[in-house]
Amino acid sequence: MSKVRILVGTRKGAFILTSDGRRENWEISEPQFAGWEIYHLQGSPANQDRLYASQSSGWFGQVIQRSDDGGKTWAPAGNKFMYEGSPGTHQWYDGTQHPWEFKRVWKLEPSLTDPDTIYAGVEDAALFRSSDGGKTWQELAGLRQAKGNLWSPGAGGLCLHTIILDPGDPKRIFTAISAAGVFRTDDGGQTWRSVNRGLLSNYELPDPSAEVGHCVHSIAMHPARPNVLFMQKHWDVMRSDDAGESWHEVSGNLPSDFGFTIVVHAHEPDTIYVVPIKSDSEHYPPEGMLRVYRSRTGGNEWEPLTKGLPQNNCYVNVLRSAMAVDSLDPCGVYFGTTGGQVYASKDSGDNWTTIVRDFPPVLSVEVQTLV
Amino acid sequence: MIRVVLPAQLCSLANVNREVEIQVDGTATLESVLDGIEASYPMLLGTLRDQVTKQRRAFIRFFACGEDLSLEPTTKPLPEEVAKGKEPIRVVGAMAGG
Repeated sequence: MSKVRILVGTRKGAFILTSDGRRENWEISEPQFAGWEIYHLQGSPANQDRLYASQSSGWFGQVIQRSDDGGKTWAPAGNKFMYEGSPGTHQWYDGTQHPWEFKRVWKLEPSLTDPDTIYAGVEDAALFRSSDGGKTWQELAGLRQAKGNLWSPGAGGLCLHTIILDPGDPKRIFTAISAAGVFRTDDGGQTWRSVNRGLLSNYELPDPSAEVGHCVHSIAMHPARPNVLFMQKHWDVMRSDDAGESWHEVSGNLPSDFGFTIVVHAHEPDTIYVVPIKSDSEHYPPEGMLRVYRSRTGGNEWEPLTKGLPQNNCYVNVLRSAMAVDSLDPCGVYFGTTGGQVYASKDSGDNWTTIVRDFPPVLSVEVQTLV
Repeated sequence: MIRVVLPAQLCSLANVNREVEIQVDGTATLESVLDGIEASYPMLLGTLRDQVTKQRRAFIRFFACGEDLSLEPTTKPLPEEVAKGKEPIRVVGAMAGG
C-alpha cells in the first residue's frame, strides 16, 4: 500500500508525519533541528528517501541538511552561498540602492530527475544550484540581470520563494520573488526575463502595471499542463495560459483575493485551492472562519470548503509554502497554519481533519506519496 | 588544548557535548581557535563567522575570564588562563527578544 509522508517546517524545528494510504492515523516524529527555523524541507522526486532541509537562525545563519533515509538521519551539507561576481545593489524600502546580502534559503527544489541536483531560492533574492547533493552551490546570476536593481523587499524580505521546474522542458524554470514578480528562463538558467504582463498592483506600485516590482506570493503548475500557471498575488488570484507571457485575474467570488498559498489538485489540472486572508494588514481569515476555497474551473468560480475547519474565532495565517497535495486518488490536500495546526483532507478538500493542533508556527508543508 | 563551550544549538549541529577541546599551534588567539573549531567541525562553518570575510556574526559573542572578547582584535593573544586550558572560551548567542 502507498504511504504518505508530510514534511513540516516550523519556526522551531521540522516534523515528519507519516501514514499509510488510508491517511487516517498519523505518526508524528520528534522535533528535528529543534529550536531552529526550518523554512522548507523537500524530497527528491527521483529518490523518495533523499530529503533536503533549510535550517536557519538569526544567531547562527544558514545550514543545509540532507537525509538519505527519508528523514531518519540527517547530515549537514554545504552552506556557502556566494553571489556571483560583484553582488551589486537592489532597491531598498526608501528607494535608495542597497547591497545584495545573503540572509537565508526560503525554498529548496530538487531536480525532477537527479537527486544530487537541487535549486535553492534565497533572500536577498537569487537562485542557486547544486549538482553534488548540496555540498557546493553556484548562483544562476543571470536572474538578477532581469532588472534586479529595481527589485525591492516586501515585508517578508526580498525572497525568492517559488521555483517551478517544467517537466516537459528541462531548460525552462519559473521563479517568483517578493516583491519583484515572476521570472522565466528557457535556457537552463543562463538568461532570464520577467513574465509579469497583466499583473496589476494598484496599491503597491506607482506604476500598477510595471514590468517588475509585483508582490507575487506564490505560483503553481500542474505537471500535465506546464503552460498554465496559477498565482496568488499580494492581492488578486491570477492565471496564465501561456507560460507567464500574460496573466488575467480569476479571483471571481472569493471573499478576499489576498492570500499567500495556491496549489493545484494532483489529477485535475483545473482544480485549484487557495486560503483567502482578510488583508495585508490583517493576516487572518475573513470573519474568523478558516476556509479553503476550491475552484474546479481553473478560477473565477470558487466554493468554500469548511467541514472540519474552525468556523469561528480563528485568526491564524497560512503561509505561501504551507499547503501541498499528495498524488493518491482521491487527492489529499494538506496545510499548516501560523497557529501550529496541520490539517488534512483525504477527499480533495470536502472534509478536513486536524492531524496536529499545537506545533510551532508552520512555515512550510510538503507531501511525498511513497510507493 | 583550548576549551570552548558552545551554545546548545551548535552542540546539536556538531553532535558534540557542551564543551569541546581545540588544539592550537603557536600563540592562541580568537582567530586560531575559530580556525581550529571550523577544521574540527566543518558543519559549524558559517555559524560563528562569515565564511569569506571572517567577520563575527552579529549575534555571536565570545566571553572568557569574565570578559567580553567579541570586539577585541581576533589576532590578540587570548588570556593566559584560556591558553593554559584553565578557563574556557564561551561562545554565546546574544540575548535577543523579550
